[in-house]
Amino acid sequence: MSSRIFGSGIRRREDPRLITGSATYTHDIVLPGMVHAAMLRSSHAHARITRIDTEKARVAPGVVAVYTGADIEGALQPVPCAWLLPDSQLRIAPYPCIAKDVVRYTGDIVAAVVAETPYQAQDALDLIEVHYDPLPTVTDPEKAAGDDAPQLHAKDINGDDIPGNQAFHWTVAGGGDLDAAFAEAEANGVVIKERILQQRLIPNAMEPRGAVAQYTRATGELTLWNTTQNPHIVRFLCSVVTGVPEDKLRVIAPEVGGGFGSKIAVYPADFVTVFCSKTLGRPVKWIETRSENYQATTHGRDHVQDIELAATKDGKITGLRCTVHAGMGAYLSTAAPGIPTILHGLMLSGCYTIPALKEDVYGVYTNGVPVEAYRGAGRPEATFMLERLIDMLANELDLDPADVRRRNFIPKFDDGHEVVTTLNYDSGDYPGALDKLIEHTGYQALREKQKAGPSNGKYLGLGLSSYVEICGLGPSQVAGAIGFQGGLWESAIVRFHPTGKVHVFIGASPHGQGEETTFAQIVASEIGVDAGDVKIFHGDTDSTPMGWGTYGSRTTAVGGAALALAVRKIRDKAKVLAAHLLEASVEDMDYEDGKFFVKGSPDKAKTIQDIALMANVAWNLPEGMEAGLEATTFYDPPNFVFPYGAHLAVVEVDASTGQVELTGYTALDDCGPQINPVIVEGQVHGGIVQGVGQALWEGAAYDESGQLITGSMLDYALPRADLLPELDVISTVTRSPHHPLGVKGIGEAGTIASTSAVYNAVMDALKPLGVKRVDMPFTPERVWRAIQEAKGS
Amino acid sequence: MKVPVRITVNGRLFEREVEPRLLLVHFIRVFAELTGTKVGCDTSQCGSCTVLIDGVSAKSCTTLAVQADGANVTTIEGLADGEKLHALQESFWNKHGLQCGFCTPGMILASHELLRTNASPSDDEIRHGLEGNICRCTGYQNIVRAVKDAAEATAAADK
Repeated sequence: MSSRIFGSGIRRREDPRLITGSATYTHDIVLPGMVHAAMLRSSHAHARITRIDTEKARVAPGVVAVYTGADIEGALQPVPCAWLLPDSQLRIAPYPCIAKDVVRYTGDIVAAVVAETPYQAQDALDLIEVHYDPLPTVTDPEKAAGDDAPQLHAKDINGDDIPGNQAFHWTVAGGGDLDAAFAEAEANGVVIKERILQQRLIPNAMEPRGAVAQYTRATGELTLWNTTQNPHIVRFLCSVVTGVPEDKLRVIAPEVGGGFGSKIAVYPADFVTVFCSKTLGRPVKWIETRSENYQATTHGRDHVQDIELAATKDGKITGLRCTVHAGMGAYLSTAAPGIPTILHGLMLSGCYTIPALKEDVYGVYTNGVPVEAYRGAGRPEATFMLERLIDMLANELDLDPADVRRRNFIPKFDDGHEVVTTLNYDSGDYPGALDKLIEHTGYQALREKQKAGPSNGKYLGLGLSSYVEICGLGPSQVAGAIGFQGGLWESAIVRFHPTGKVHVFIGASPHGQGEETTFAQIVASEIGVDAGDVKIFHGDTDSTPMGWGTYGSRTTAVGGAALALAVRKIRDKAKVLAAHLLEASVEDMDYEDGKFFVKGSPDKAKTIQDIALMANVAWNLPEGMEAGLEATTFYDPPNFVFPYGAHLAVVEVDASTGQVELTGYTALDDCGPQINPVIVEGQVHGGIVQGVGQALWEGAAYDESGQLITGSMLDYALPRADLLPELDVISTVTRSPHHPLGVKGIGEAGTIASTSAVYNAVMDALKPLGVKRVDMPFTPERVWRAIQEAKGS
Repeated sequence: MKVPVRITVNGRLFEREVEPRLLLVHFIRVFAELTGTKVGCDTSQCGSCTVLIDGVSAKSCTTLAVQADGANVTTIEGLADGEKLHALQESFWNKHGLQCGFCTPGMILASHELLRTNASPSDDEIRHGLEGNICRCTGYQNIVRAVKDAAEATAAADK
């Protein structure tokens, strides 16, 4: 039974605590003597601080302390950027935990209050008087790069100027003669040009961010409970910023309520909370409000993309040229430089054979919230470019978008395919995925229906999106070469107790994805124990081995591999012990479903539980064998993994109101063998809806003065249950040739594909109305105006 | 100035002196020491704080503790009958209706209200009934399945 648990959609073991209110999130931690911090954020997007008067706040009821930028000098180092992009003229601006002289976005902390209750801390914020001398602001990344833009930073951390607010300029180029390809296309083929605005998005993990810091003066030890996707990275960087040595610093990610990239970064407020606890010698809790989350927790996307595609008249792509202005916000967040570059530019070949390409990415400081990874992180922005331009090419040539994709797909491959950006994809069948999607959805019939024209003023639109993504980040040697200031391996410790129950300690830090269940399934399928006998420990740096975190769809792909290999080590040892106990030679032993036996004699087997007992009591071990049944593995992947798929969105657009309705959505995804298909489907659902949100509703907006005008859930339109159709999710299975379990990743696939699928569908619906271009999101007003403008022209 | 309130939470009476501005959600989390009820926003949009007040759902972040004076409040911790999970808890578990779990207490109690007022809702009615609760993980599809499943299980049990 147990060996078949790989691939079984068993219920999640996380859920009993979550459905009964028994789980402990950071906000739920209560410690004796604990006090509460609140952060005063800047009321200006760009200003010089001329004076701060904290006197009234200090004497307010319940207030324990008030700190400003002057108080933390020397105690807290600037927040580090940990992705030092090579060959990019990277200019890292100092990122202070509390702004002292200049504020550069409305999330900059200018003071912190600590009080006996959260209400008292909030009250006291209102009593702090900050005098500002406002400076000009810029929030548009392209404008921020302009000659007349206000300069955000005087110097970078090395004392160099930051001309044009340019944080970095990164280039990827490969293949043949790109200029010749465009010259040829201009003369005898087609050139498609488009400007795409990948709007700023707010990740909106349902749990706001927070920290509880407990510093013990007597020992110099610090425990930090933190809403993070990567507690070991927090420990590493918290040590750098606060000076608490790593051996005395324990970071715990308790229950974490979603992240989507926004809980990767390390944040000023968390370090300020640590500072407060160290200074006061009391436990301090800080929990952000939702408005504060919008104001200061990292955002995603924010690209201005200018793209040119060269092709032949029969729809073969011959070249791709792009320039991207990527808004980075006021400071470079922890992993920020790698997102619009490595995770974006290297994926520009997508599922296609592109003979030559070049992309220039300019990372630009703006007076906005720092931009970080957000579900998909660079890859949705790359997929969107290609999928949009291919649809435009199809329109230009009057071909079906599916046909243009087929003319350019990389043919099916099983064991490696190098693309023009030098990545070596592992395995894929992009034409097969699209064909299966088209057959499954009755695409041709939908096209026929569309040809019949609008019904009741509603125009039908179909949008395809073929994608391949890079995940399972990644080989550590590559991490070093691309400037990532860490490794990207994962580790697992597997420990069998005398009764055959298992403890697993992993470095990765799932926060809603369900790996306590899928990892137990891996152990069960590898060594025949019941999944219910396996407990997974994660999220506590004191009890788990080093790991680099949960992002980039890497936890199952990398951490799961480490775990499988650790269990295989256990199996090898158990086999030797079983042979010894059965007085047989190891070569004569067989294993099946948790039982070790001499070949041909399965009735005289030793179970893994027998072996666990005998290994732990150690009464009769083969000579030289150590006691216990435990194994540790560090798995550094030999390559990334490359899941892929094809999605179809179906929309109806009401031409009289501009209202868009998503009426159908089908996703075909291939993430390799699925350990738990129910969990996989759940990841796809959530991913799709986040991408749909970008296309139809979501967008962070700043006004002229740099104030965030989508500053609450009232103003920022999140997907809701009543706005969505039933999603149809299907899959194929292509193993990764280099992975111990053959698995790829699935956390981000839905988001990577769905924005462009929905965008293409809406533009397809608007085609008969003459609309060529609309910026996301497709609010009714924007669509309606685009229709009117097209009528006018 | 503090005012006395008597609020019963999951069958246990709490008599406390509170500031008039104290939100019910904070009364539940701090005074009743029940942290299953979550705060996910500050504008009454997300629904993570949903509880039952005298059997009817309410967002406890926009209810003052003094408004609940004398009331019976049920939170997620009070929904199961001892060891036996409520049908909605079972169905959310069975249908993978949650991922990170943060919105789940509110989502389950909002679903409780939905089924109280409509014992066998259609998919569309479920989607509309839950529009006041935001989930960022599931895309709602398995939540709809879970609520439908709970409705069917409850109907079968009542037969």
